[in-house]
Amino acid sequence: MSAGQLPRWVDYGLIPLLNLAAAFLVSGLVVLLIGENPLEAVEILLWGSLGFGEGVGFTLFYATNFIFTGLAVAVAFHAGLFNIGGEGQAYVGGLGVALACLALDQYVPWWVTMPVAVIGAALMGAAWAFIPAWLQAKRGSHVVITTIMFNFIASSLMVYLLVNVMAKPGSMQPETRTFEEGGRLPFLNDLQSWFDFGTAPVNLSLIIALIACVLVWVVIWRTRLGYEIRSFGANATAAVYAGMLPVRIIIVTMLISGGLSGMMALNEIMGSQHRLLIEFVAGYGFVGIAVALMGRAHPVGIVLAAILFGMLYQGGAELSFEKPAITRDMIVVIQGLVILFAGALENLFRPALVRIFTPSRVPAVQAG
Amino acid sequence: MVTLRERVLAAMAVFALGICTLPTRGSADPAIVYSVGGKFDGSFNESALQGVKRFRQETSADVREFELERDAQSLQALRNFASRGHVPVVAIGFNQASAVEAAAREFPDAPFAIIDMVVDQPNVASYVFKEQEGAYLAGLLAAMATQTGTIGFVGGMDIPIVRRFLCGYKLGAAASRKDINVLSAMAGDTPAAFADPVRGAELARSQIAQGADVIIQAAGGTGIGVLQAVADAGALGIGTDSNQNGLHPGQILTSIRKRVDQAVYDSFKSSAEGTFKPGIRVLGLAEGGMDWVLDDNNDELITEPMKSAAGFATEAIASGKIQVHDVVSDGACPL
Amino acid sequence: MTETAAIELRGVNKSFGAVHANKDIDLLVKKGTIHGIIGENGAGKSTLMSILYGFYQADSGSIHVDGVEVKISDSRQAIGLGIGMVHQHFMLVESFTVLENVILGAEGGARLADGTQRAREELYRLEQDYELKVDPDAIVGELAVGLQQRVEILKALFRGAEILILDEPTGVLTPSEADHLFKILNVLKDQGKTVLLITHKLREIMAITDEVSVMRRGEMVATRKTADTSMSELAELMVGRSVLLEVEKTPAQPKQTVLDVQNLRVTDSRGVRVVKDVSLQVKAGEIVGIAGVSGNGQSELLETLAGIRKADHGIITLAGNTLDLTKVSPDPAEIRGMGLGHVPEDRHRMGLINSFSEYENAILGYHQSEQYSNGWLLDRSAIKQEARDAIEKYDIRPPNPDLKTANFSGGNQQKIVLAREIERDPEVLLVGQPTRGVDIGAIEFIHKRLIELRDQGKGILLVSVELDEIRSLADRIIVMFDGAIVGEREPGADETELGLLMAGVEGERA
Repeated sequence: MSAGQLPRWVDYGLIPLLNLAAAFLVSGLVVLLIGENPLEAVEILLWGSLGFGEGVGFTLFYATNFIFTGLAVAVAFHAGLFNIGGEGQAYVGGLGVALACLALDQYVPWWVTMPVAVIGAALMGAAWAFIPAWLQAKRGSHVVITTIMFNFIASSLMVYLLVNVMAKPGSMQPETRTFEEGGRLPFLNDLQSWFDFGTAPVNLSLIIALIACVLVWVVIWRTRLGYEIRSFGANATAAVYAGMLPVRIIIVTMLISGGLSGMMALNEIMGSQHRLLIEFVAGYGFVGIAVALMGRAHPVGIVLAAILFGMLYQGGAELSFEKPAITRDMIVVIQGLVILFAGALENLFRPALVRIFTPSRVPAVQAG
Repeated sequence: MVTLRERVLAAMAVFALGICTLPTRGSADPAIVYSVGGKFDGSFNESALQGVKRFRQETSADVREFELERDAQSLQALRNFASRGHVPVVAIGFNQASAVEAAAREFPDAPFAIIDMVVDQPNVASYVFKEQEGAYLAGLLAAMATQTGTIGFVGGMDIPIVRRFLCGYKLGAAASRKDINVLSAMAGDTPAAFADPVRGAELARSQIAQGADVIIQAAGGTGIGVLQAVADAGALGIGTDSNQNGLHPGQILTSIRKRVDQAVYDSFKSSAEGTFKPGIRVLGLAEGGMDWVLDDNNDELITEPMKSAAGFATEAIASGKIQVHDVVSDGACPL
Repeated sequence: MTETAAIELRGVNKSFGAVHANKDIDLLVKKGTIHGIIGENGAGKSTLMSILYGFYQADSGSIHVDGVEVKISDSRQAIGLGIGMVHQHFMLVESFTVLENVILGAEGGARLADGTQRAREELYRLEQDYELKVDPDAIVGELAVGLQQRVEILKALFRGAEILILDEPTGVLTPSEADHLFKILNVLKDQGKTVLLITHKLREIMAITDEVSVMRRGEMVATRKTADTSMSELAELMVGRSVLLEVEKTPAQPKQTVLDVQNLRVTDSRGVRVVKDVSLQVKAGEIVGIAGVSGNGQSELLETLAGIRKADHGIITLAGNTLDLTKVSPDPAEIRGMGLGHVPEDRHRMGLINSFSEYENAILGYHQSEQYSNGWLLDRSAIKQEARDAIEKYDIRPPNPDLKTANFSGGNQQKIVLAREIERDPEVLLVGQPTRGVDIGAIEFIHKRLIELRDQGKGILLVSVELDEIRSLADRIIVMFDGAIVGEREPGADETELGLLMAGVEGERA
């Protein structure tokens, strides 16, 4: 338990900022070490991610993926479950999206395909989370182990399907045919005219992701189900005492979590690539863990953290493009430092701030 | 959303200076975008890097390089290079095909090249390889070298390009010895399958235990482990992509080279000399896009009959007398 | 007994943020005495001892040991000054032997064997001198709790402690183990050691100490010679007002049976039969107390009746509904629906979710009830209203339903649980350890509330390891030993007789 309560703006504003500043400071030293100007690096990173329409578009595109996978991790987290199978659930979710698009794209417009694809993504993602959930609930097999194993099984399944079943005949690449218009979500550029995202593939999935944020918030904090999920996560014994059924909570939570992971595929498959291809998840599922940690498992925090990671992805790409000395591995180091400071070392500055900000209104904290 | 817009505008203002200092129109040096594997993947991309190095040595030109961290970056990188006037812009790997197509449309005057995939645009040169022809030679030599009548194949992932290689290998082996037994195994289903030497060694050992005494690797970094295990067991290995004969002299029967370096070098060179030609180049044995290596390291392993058999096959394939089946065209290997 | 001070504190202050845990504390502990420090939870006792043992530094004031002013900045220095501490939660490595634990951190030299041999001799001497019999080669994890505590004391003595601080030492002990501990403390005193005993139990203070200091809300309010004071005076000093130690109640008016348990058998996760053929009845308008030393099946009985634990066999009839536990395993929600309230033994582990706010805890177990929902959503205004009503009725402080329950004191936390379970108007209330870790003021309130509930015609099944509590509340006392009921007595029964029953000496199956 933390030693005291902090004002909300410190807890949710100042601490993340300080952590971020520390991360950039250390990154700056690394940049300095390889002989580049850290200030210039920061400038390129910010400019690349926010400085022009297309940069913003890419930042938001990546952020969309992170919102889905971050929410997925956060929901499971509230039930005390560590779902690190977002990678595999998103991968298989892609299958749901692709099946919907391949079946419908030639016959109907995108807005008919979309709800089917959303349901397909969520169902497939949830289905992929179901077996680990069931094993945890009924057999006590730890979800950390089983979900990670299911990531590998998902890879094998998808390679098999894409190479043997779904591949476009005569193609070198393990991928399906490209979807027609009816299987493509509109880019944000096509939906509005007041902001130009350039060629960035940011698409309607972003809006779906934001709606998912609101729904997750409502479910977790305002419904009986959410109450049970949080109770179970905070104190499983008390939850059983209160008559909640652990098996049900574990399975339902993991289904929601898996469904959210699966919906990440909407952005990549229906929103951007317009075909199902191997390895399209490319680590977004794992970064979702960091996003959820940094966003304190709260949708608002997750959106902010997702944008931050989107900036790191997009700005990082620009940075390694402009500064060949800063290789893509350096960018990974910087991203790693942000995760380290913002996630793992979350309590680095907390004790000092608690000392500074302990408000007088807090009543007798256990002093016995 | 107004606030977002304002913030973006503010950010743009702040970095307006930055924009001005960024080069808009750079030199006409060539540029290359490696695939996600990275330029030190010990295989495909690294072969491309060899071409880059050779071009750098021979000319004073600088070559801009970019390694993709994920496929979504491809279009951005290609557009950035094209807009700065780099000539040509070369994309490595079939994953970049759709990005090349989009970029080529957007910059119709800029020359692009792509390796391992065909992009049908008037300003794109596409280099594809007949891996099956090189693999056919490998199979032929392996079948002649084996004492046990069993040979092995360790691939990375079960994807078309690896299957094409496997099928060519089987066809070549069967052509020289009807009763040949070909074992095959894939290392995995994730990108790690091409970067897992431990797994490669394990698969090779298992094939050796089943009687294989010549094993070919088609698994990138994983293949290093295959060749190591084969050398440790006193069997023979066959290298791929680049010349791997020197890894274990006397233990590697030969290496089947896929001349990505040559393709990269050619595109750079022709562009520098003003002779760049868009279109499809299919590189097989005849074009020198695939070849097998005979050097001091494997001189003693290649007998005269093997040498002449390989020479005969090369000629026959080049002249079209032997058509090596391409598994990707219809999906099934005739064996 | 000499009159010099072993420890003297002068004007010690310690604050945690806005919480002033110790205010101008003066304390004088005479050499060779047993000195008690008593106070409610949160009075500042543990903070003070932590300052003495070097865990915290005082903001101001001075510490004198044997008349010399000292600075204690960590426990190593405290040990160097001859101060030893026996913590409430033992600091032992369970998989090590007694001897290994005793020498841990004081091995003396790189070669373990040398130190071990010397330690073995020293340990033998200490055991002889202080009647601290423990097998030096026994694995600590396999020892009874009372013996583990002896290892802690041996550890302190081995390091040359002259002053021994014991923090709530009897909390985990059976009555006989506690008696033995007091014997050991007296021997220590006779050998010239000084003992500082921290407790909130008045009986212990009266039984063993020479002097007693009382703390209240961070202040040292009084020091008395034990012989010159009384329990009621000490209680009053602790609480700051006069306290009723006896519960006022009229004789029970039992009516129909509301809870009937027949041949209940329960096996725990290790496969041990923990409840053996228990049958009992609770009538409307009576409190049935279950006495017994902790760990004799009372907890499992309570959890089984509440539907949390699976039974192997047994039939329960609850307010007219009969459940054959041999065939079905009920869930707590179902049992609750039949009219059962349950105040669990451990409010932190089971009764509350400490990271939740007060109002969220106010519906734990009743969250599916229609009155708190608004379609799919929880009706937060209804829930908060409910919480505010409870806060008022049960005088829960601070009166803030948005505050996390972790920030409430033990007594107020227990009131939150009690309010939740009582206010749903159950026919039967199961109550486990209602006053464990609860301050005296709240104990009084809780006891009164339970009697009121009885007088409203509810049936109450009370489990407590505090025999005094059972005796003052229950109308009938059932004694459990080793999972079985070994006797039933009137509340006026002789305490020694009950004690023997609890110890399993006098086996008389009910």
